[in-house]
Amino acid sequence: MSLPVALFAVVATVTAVSALGVVLAANVVRMAVWLLFTLIGVSLLYFLLGAEFTAAAQLMVYVGGTLVLVVFGVMLTASGPLRELRTKPAQLVVGGVLGAVLFGLLVVVSFRIGTPSTASEGELPGPAPLGLSFLGFTETSPEGTLSGVPAGQVVPRTPVAYLLPFEIVSVHLLVVLVGAAYLARAKRRVKP
Amino acid sequence: MNELGLQPFLILSAFLFSCGVVCIATKRNAIGVLMGVELLLNASNLNLVAFARFKPGFALDGQVFALLVIVLAAAEVAVALAIILNFYNNHATVDVDAADSLRD
Repeated sequence: MSLPVALFAVVATVTAVSALGVVLAANVVRMAVWLLFTLIGVSLLYFLLGAEFTAAAQLMVYVGGTLVLVVFGVMLTASGPLRELRTKPAQLVVGGVLGAVLFGLLVVVSFRIGTPSTASEGELPGPAPLGLSFLGFTETSPEGTLSGVPAGQVVPRTPVAYLLPFEIVSVHLLVVLVGAAYLARAKRRVKP
Repeated sequence: MNELGLQPFLILSAFLFSCGVVCIATKRNAIGVLMGVELLLNASNLNLVAFARFKPGFALDGQVFALLVIVLAAAEVAVALAIILNFYNNHATVDVDAADSLRD
């Protein structure tokens, strides 16, 4: 058993167990802690896949930002009986059966995909090509043919790689910040 | 089994996805539902990065999509928490079963 396989076994077990903990925990605070371990496990899996920048972004944005927001939400709303809202057992059974069926379906589908033969060839690009592609300096034409296009036809593709999604996401973040601040603002009392 | 292939990542991602779906379907706390959404997004992200590693010609795209999903998830959580806080201020509960005022 090689080192990557052993590391994957350990990290995948931790991730799966803590994901199960998120589902099974009744207390919101415990759910947040289980979710923390799941997010860290997924980030370790990114490191294992060789995507260092994505793993670092996952650690910083998800674990450092998103989860802190969620914990703040838990702190502001979990008071007394709201901390543990029990689900009815019948609903749990129906949801569990649904989840198991979905898991089986996804496993069957993923076994039908088959491992690509060029597993050793893939070396993920580091932060520099990623940044250049976000700024539109890298040409990103996939080698394969696009589905639905006849074989001989040349598909015109712009060389500006991911500049437009990058700009859309940045404007979207600005709009979301303004919207969230507006939604969650403290209501002023109107003086009579 | 000496080589780490694509399948183990896909199966783990499927497990995370199922956990997220069950979490969304069964949790009564609105923040619990939000955590289920986080699980779903992480599962799809893991799929994207795994395909970026193992599919030739997809190395850049998979990572870029994963980064965009991470950023959009952060934005989504901010808005969802603002809505949940508003709901808590108005109804003094975070039980999603209590959010049925549109029914009447």
